[in-house]
Amino acid sequence: MSSRSRTIAEGQDRAPSVAHADVRELRGPLLVVGGAEGVGWDEFAEIDSPDGAVRHGLVLEVRGDLATLQVLEPTDGLALGGLEVRFGGQPLHIPVGRGWLGRACNGRGAPLDSGPPVGGSLVRPINGWPLNPIHREPPQEPVVTGISAVDALMTVVKGQKLPIFSVPGLAHLDLATQIAAQATASGSSFLVVFAAMGMTHADIAFVRDRLEERSSASELVLFLNAADDPVIERILTPRIALTVAEHLAYEEGVDVLVIMSDMTSYAEAVREVAAARGEIPARRGYPGYLYSDLASIYERCGRVRGREGSVTIMPVLTMPAGDITHPVPDLTGYITEGQIVLSADVAARGIYPPVDVLSSLSRLMRSGVGEGRTRKDHLHVSAQALSALARARQTAELAELVGTAAMSETDQSYLAYREMLEKELLNQGRSEARKINDTLNRVWRALGSLPRRELNMIPQALVEQYLPEEGELP
Amino acid sequence: MAGVTDAAGGRRAGRIVRVNGPLVEVEGLEGLAILELVRLGPHGISGETISVTGTRAIVQAYEYTGGLACGDRVDGTGSPLAGLLGPGLLGGVFDGLLRPLSSESLWLTAERDEGVLSGGVAKTWNFSPTAALGNEVSPGDLLGVITGSGSLEHRVLVPSTTAGEITWVSGPAPLRLSDPVARVGEREVALGERWPIRRARPFRERTADVAPLHTGQRVLDLMFPLPLGAAAAVPGGFGTGKTLLLQQIAKWSSADVIVYVGCGERGNEMADVLAGLSELEDIRTGGRLIDRTVIIANTSNMPMMAREASVYTGLTVAEYFRDMGYDALVIADSTSRWAEALREFANRNGELPAEEGYPASLASNLAAFYERAGRVVTLGGRVGSVTVVGAVSPPGGDMTEPVTTDTERFVRSLWLLDPDLAYARHYPAVSWSGSFTRDLDAIAVWHGTNGNEAWASQRTRASVILSEADRLAALAEVIGTTSLPGHERVTILGGRLLREGVLRQNALSRNDGYCSTEKGIALLGLALAAVDTCHELIDRGVSAATIEQADYGLVLRAAEETASDDAAGVVGRQETLLRRLAELA
Repeated sequence: MSSRSRTIAEGQDRAPSVAHADVRELRGPLLVVGGAEGVGWDEFAEIDSPDGAVRHGLVLEVRGDLATLQVLEPTDGLALGGLEVRFGGQPLHIPVGRGWLGRACNGRGAPLDSGPPVGGSLVRPINGWPLNPIHREPPQEPVVTGISAVDALMTVVKGQKLPIFSVPGLAHLDLATQIAAQATASGSSFLVVFAAMGMTHADIAFVRDRLEERSSASELVLFLNAADDPVIERILTPRIALTVAEHLAYEEGVDVLVIMSDMTSYAEAVREVAAARGEIPARRGYPGYLYSDLASIYERCGRVRGREGSVTIMPVLTMPAGDITHPVPDLTGYITEGQIVLSADVAARGIYPPVDVLSSLSRLMRSGVGEGRTRKDHLHVSAQALSALARARQTAELAELVGTAAMSETDQSYLAYREMLEKELLNQGRSEARKINDTLNRVWRALGSLPRRELNMIPQALVEQYLPEEGELP
Repeated sequence: MAGVTDAAGGRRAGRIVRVNGPLVEVEGLEGLAILELVRLGPHGISGETISVTGTRAIVQAYEYTGGLACGDRVDGTGSPLAGLLGPGLLGGVFDGLLRPLSSESLWLTAERDEGVLSGGVAKTWNFSPTAALGNEVSPGDLLGVITGSGSLEHRVLVPSTTAGEITWVSGPAPLRLSDPVARVGEREVALGERWPIRRARPFRERTADVAPLHTGQRVLDLMFPLPLGAAAAVPGGFGTGKTLLLQQIAKWSSADVIVYVGCGERGNEMADVLAGLSELEDIRTGGRLIDRTVIIANTSNMPMMAREASVYTGLTVAEYFRDMGYDALVIADSTSRWAEALREFANRNGELPAEEGYPASLASNLAAFYERAGRVVTLGGRVGSVTVVGAVSPPGGDMTEPVTTDTERFVRSLWLLDPDLAYARHYPAVSWSGSFTRDLDAIAVWHGTNGNEAWASQRTRASVILSEADRLAALAEVIGTTSLPGHERVTILGGRLLREGVLRQNALSRNDGYCSTEKGIALLGLALAAVDTCHELIDRGVSAATIEQADYGLVLRAAEETASDDAAGVVGRQETLLRRLAELA
């Protein structure tokens, strides 16, 4: 904390309100101002133009007396003369606290509802600081989302970062909002912080409608940067959302769920700035530091030893052309603890949520399920269910070539298993919340389609206890 | 390395003239040497000198540079980036510059740099001398040991640049890292030793003997073994179980000291490694596993450039223990993040990119990193080793990207993780077709002289069955399994028994998380015996369908149902299995 106050103090030493009028260059989102000696890297600035509009910028480079800024708002209409740049003497800080609850703001945190700007004496820098890894508590409390596919096969745990990978047109927002509306951990619900980046107005309206209950109960904070809002502003949106969330979690002791959509639009904003600066691109024109940049967002999830509260992050991203090797999903997957992948094929089979469970994974599931957390058979039964589904999928491909009749009895039982799993477990209503016992029993019913000898990933005793008898099968 | 670090008045100072993220340009620091450590700005954050032109120099900063401004002061330190080695490393968690994280606050602010390099110096260690006054000593010789510092004896050695007669030696006493333990000739030897992390610690010679590192993971020990002192790479896209495999190796391998470098990876994962190692009992010493582990944590949200240094820090620590005569294992997760840090800085520095934006020096940097592995005779005449296992995270799972292809050239073993196996929840997802090991023959000889003559032939058989089974399974997808002749169907079955009964291993299981050499060999023998018997059954006219429908639980559950070192228990199943199979006829 002390370093923050010191930074602020130093900023004041540097006379923050001095205006610099010597703007030398305007190029895309970049602005270069002269006479800026003493301005620090990553400082926040306000830019006044003659028409009275105020724009905002961040210092990307200082060199001699020149400072290069990225301007958050569009620079069209700006001319070199008449601009005044006022540096704040510190990185962007925002007020934090419970005042944000129930509010709807734009991507920079300015109110969109009729309320006054969120204020307060407690401010935090939006970039935060890295959390010392030895103070982290390994996440291990399961989050019950009420969605069977997720709870049974890719259990989310408190403090995890688990993205939803989707393609345009699929029900990712339905799923994300259903999770936001239903999620509980140890019986209590989460506060939800929703950061929209480059979302269409229709999607934003949908989200607000689905989360209306949360909003009116003051359990929701909305940061909304729409598709036609300033592009560069999107770089701030997730950081502001996380700064608010971190405070609520680690200082107020609340469990917070942060949903960020759409990370692809965010990354495009980062790319736009990098391109304007003439940086050497890595893959597909994205800058080489995209991994670190995304990590500085996603890594802000977690739990802290000896403190209540948690930050669980659920980024939503649409994969351009459904390509999971595209840099944004790829780098995200390397940082996050698993992924929930939605697939058009599954959607086409009439299943909601259209989760491709074999491509999906929760890395932290193994520490969040089992006896005392969910149920003792959970880990075994989910491993068996997925392994059997992988075999069923292979078998189904084979059946298309050679016909079901040419297949062994065992193979045919796998096809039956798949049908059962989809019907019993994976398909579910958009506001249906299932209990964890119900969900796991559904998995067992599906596994009942297989010969008993095939269940070789589950200890015998559990098979005896949970596998429904012949007669109980539907 | 001119210059002094102590006298404050003697420090050379310059000014910052440019800040662009971690790249800082400074002016006016006379005599600045390449790789010299400098202190930047009011908080004195560390940076390393990369290039010097006239009075200007480019520095890479190891901390967040927010707030640094042109005109801020820069001080030279006169020495390169170095880590303080000594007792207290084991069981500790450090950042990429070997500063202890355990004494740090919750949030790692830039301010923390002040004085932290001396972290832990107040603590004392019980020194007990073994060398006596008047002894003639040379580099690497034993001066004494630290008692009561954990399960591993900490040996205090004569530094590599020191030799002569011992003119003074400390008696048994509690000493701090900065206290002298002895005087050799005119030179004082302190308990702690500062070593520049980018310079390999010297040794006498590399040894030619080969002995395998036992990892406790069957697919590695049976199929793709790694000699002590060699390097292995684990390339795998996300979700292929790379980190879990590395954690298993960290927990169960036969090395004396584990150095786990979390390089640009997840914070929760580091917390998990730490918690996991703290809980686990060390099967070799009875203590806790964490007491012979050093964790270097530089998570992905910590400053990028310290990530670049962290792999060298890890190697330096491992070499320090190697010199004491131990087998050290460095696990670096992930080398790709390290390479990205190289790339980021090269790009900011305006270097011309080679492939995918990486600097042209990428391959030589990787080679130099992996070549610091080795099994050596130390300066003191002990045999010790540094084994390196590096994870590679190819973007988009693309195995032709530069970090993967360059790494392949310099490692002895490649453990390629196959997304299809991970997709089918077959872990560890080590591909048997895409992985390799260059030291099979030498390791076969080692197994032969250690009572496992059958190891080499069984490995070959397993390898043949696996690749035949893959080929036939692909064929069966076209023409249907039922169209294949009996022996071929048994081969497909054999492939399944090997995959599911031998190679697949449940990391979370009490019995199966770790597997002893003997149990691994027994499991392989059991599966191969089943395959042999099934082939005999075909010859005796039993239909392939009957054989396929039989219950192979005795093979498939053997790993899970016998204790992790219970080879006899596995062998004991063979008789029952073969009798049941014979009943099919």
